Amino acid sequence: MLQSVMAIAPRAVETKLRAEDINMVFRRDGKSTNVLDNINIEVGKGEFLCLLGPSGCGKSTLLNIVAGFLEPSSGAVRIDGAIVNGPDPRRIFVFQERGVFPWLTVEGNIGFGLFKMSRVERERRIEHYVKLVGLGGFEKAYPQELSGGMKQRLEVARALAVNPDMLFLDEPFGALDSITRLIMRGELLRLWEAERKTIIFVTHDIEEAVQLADRVVVMSARPARIQRIVKINIPHPRDISSRRYLELRDGIFAEIGLAHQI
Amino acid sequence: MAYGIHLRPLVFISVLLVAWQFAASRQPVHLLPDPVQVGGGLVELARRGLLLKYIVASLFRVTWGFSLAAMIAIPGGLAIGWHRRTEMALNPLIQLLRPISPLAWIPISILWFGVGDVAASFLIFLASLLPLTVTAINAVKSIPAVYVNAGRNFGLSSAGLVYRVLYPAVIPQLIIGLRITLGIAWLVVVAAEMIAVNSGLGFLIVDARNAGSRYDLVVAGMVTIGIIGLLLDMSMRSLEGVRSLRWSYSED
Amino acid sequence: MTAPAHVLRWERYFWPALLAIAFLALWHYAVRWTGSKVFPSPLGVQKGLAELAHKGLLWRYIGDSLRRVGIGFSAAVASGIPLGLTLGWYTAAAQVVNPVIQMVRPISPIAWIPISIVLFGVGDSAAIFLIFLAAFFPIVLAAMNGVGSVPSMFRRAGRNFGLGPVELLTRVVFPASLPQIIIGLRISLGIAWLVVVAAEMIAGDSGLGYLVIDARNSGKRYDLVIAAMLLIGLIGLMLDIAFRQLETLKAIRWGFRSES
Repeated sequence: MLQSVMAIAPRAVETKLRAEDINMVFRRDGKSTNVLDNINIEVGKGEFLCLLGPSGCGKSTLLNIVAGFLEPSSGAVRIDGAIVNGPDPRRIFVFQERGVFPWLTVEGNIGFGLFKMSRVERERRIEHYVKLVGLGGFEKAYPQELSGGMKQRLEVARALAVNPDMLFLDEPFGALDSITRLIMRGELLRLWEAERKTIIFVTHDIEEAVQLADRVVVMSARPARIQRIVKINIPHPRDISSRRYLELRDGIFAEIGLAHQI
Repeated sequence: MAYGIHLRPLVFISVLLVAWQFAASRQPVHLLPDPVQVGGGLVELARRGLLLKYIVASLFRVTWGFSLAAMIAIPGGLAIGWHRRTEMALNPLIQLLRPISPLAWIPISILWFGVGDVAASFLIFLASLLPLTVTAINAVKSIPAVYVNAGRNFGLSSAGLVYRVLYPAVIPQLIIGLRITLGIAWLVVVAAEMIAVNSGLGFLIVDARNAGSRYDLVVAGMVTIGIIGLLLDMSMRSLEGVRSLRWSYSED
Repeated sequence: MTAPAHVLRWERYFWPALLAIAFLALWHYAVRWTGSKVFPSPLGVQKGLAELAHKGLLWRYIGDSLRRVGIGFSAAVASGIPLGLTLGWYTAAAQVVNPVIQMVRPISPIAWIPISIVLFGVGDSAAIFLIFLAAFFPIVLAAMNGVGSVPSMFRRAGRNFGLGPVELLTRVVFPASLPQIIIGLRISLGIAWLVVVAAEMIAGDSGLGYLVIDARNSGKRYDLVIAAMLLIGLIGLMLDIAFRQLETLKAIRWGFRSES
């Protein structure tokens, strides 16, 4: 059987987040489902980590646990040494674009978490992030007037506006068409390089993981275990037809057990 | 475990009943009846054979008026919804008639049918007609175009489209509309009877008060109305649960 | 969804107008042919309306009915929305209270009339009480459903940004449930309008509902009866339209899928 693999942070980088012996069992109608099995992960500060696995394998559950929305059946998550026991504005969860509040304008959404600031400061912040994600001119627009890609950018802007240490993204580009997805990946990397947050990104798309992440944690199907950690040491911007990229990508294909031909 | 869910509302109802008893006993002038008296009233009505007789009378009127309305409104509404221009023509009239309480038709219905069963059933018919028509119209309008196109694609004739696409597609919404309108019809029968007839639960409420201020019977009547209304609603809901009709409720 | 409907703009007004004219004509001639002495023709109704206006009763009665609806409805909104929000938020409480609501709901406000007459006598207060009763339950249920339909994603996002429970309720749950609540308010207002007429017919001393009954009882003035019915329909329709305008506000419109 697969041994539990520890995802250890690269050396010489301080550890931001540590998930220790995480197990998750869901009970419903008397049946219990083992969703996560003995997960141990370390994430370095400023690292871009991907959780990769098929749909329904539990990676979203893991992300919710790490963000403090769910309590694990056993084990604990530590961020900066302190145990996580609830959500916190220092680590913002980005859902798919459905997460933006439809009753607020673009400005309203971005300013949502900024209620502790003075009005002047808040407006400055909002303006900065509107420009940063490229939504200039749409400040007073409502989400229903925006495209899927724009809504996703809005949600990222809302998250960044409160200056969190960490971002958790749960298949954020899943509802977008593939062209927009490529563009959004580039945008995300751009933002990440500008502000160097620690990012944990959940996806089921192998290409996406290899294009974005510093390290890819490949997770097995339910009950989810860490199957393998792949270090992507290609500097950005990554050439997606380079040999190194294809090697790493095909390695993960093989790891998951997929054929190379359709 | 599972029983706990049903237990709590019962406890709550019991608490309400006790509070009611308490409040009623503390009245300076004995106007409103307490739960015990109401219970006694129900028993009395049952003994005199009136309870069943009145329930049947009210249900009878509802059945007549409601069924007649359904037979006209549903095919009519479906046809109207299907033809855009017809719907355009009729819509303002429908919207104008909708806010008019069925009770406001009482003078007209007495004029046309005199006092009695027919007038009461007519009122229920009127009260059910418009909501059912509107339901049918909306049900047709909300059929996704893809269904109709697929039907045409497979070469269905007009009749075929109606039987094999339109009709199955509207059933879930129609059933919900029937349930809601039945509730409305039940509300109206009570009102209609207060004015136009000499039997039934609505009549009971008015008569018990007029002929002797028997408020225990009045409230007993109200309780019966509530229970029967609830039973009607529950039985319609169980229709919604029939599997072959449940296809449109699967989301949410 | 139906046959290809290339409807021209003017047709939206043409067909209803055509139908209205046809209807009025049919009505007029039906009265003529049956030679009815009692049932009014369209012209008779119009004259009746003029008479009411002339006697100053028209606006007084309209005002009375609207006033009662206003008070009863506002009271129902002020008490129903907080209660509904609370019940929606604390599902344990909802489970307990819901069966009671389902049982009391089918009892027609009309059936409450004798009780309200006992409590308030005939007139304003009885009508307002009945309106309140009738409007209360749909509002509570709409608020409850509104809260229940808020995706957990929104609540999580609110908590993520550090909102406490009260702020969560006011800044996330309430705006998110507003579309549902507004629909419930519109339906409830429609019910209130129906009930005010009924209440005035049975326990009133003024107002449009009272007019319907009184016109018949004191002189078989069916022209006034129908005039009153038309006014009831018209004002009820206007109330409904006004509310639908509310639903087009951008901060609320997101909650409705585009209607054909």
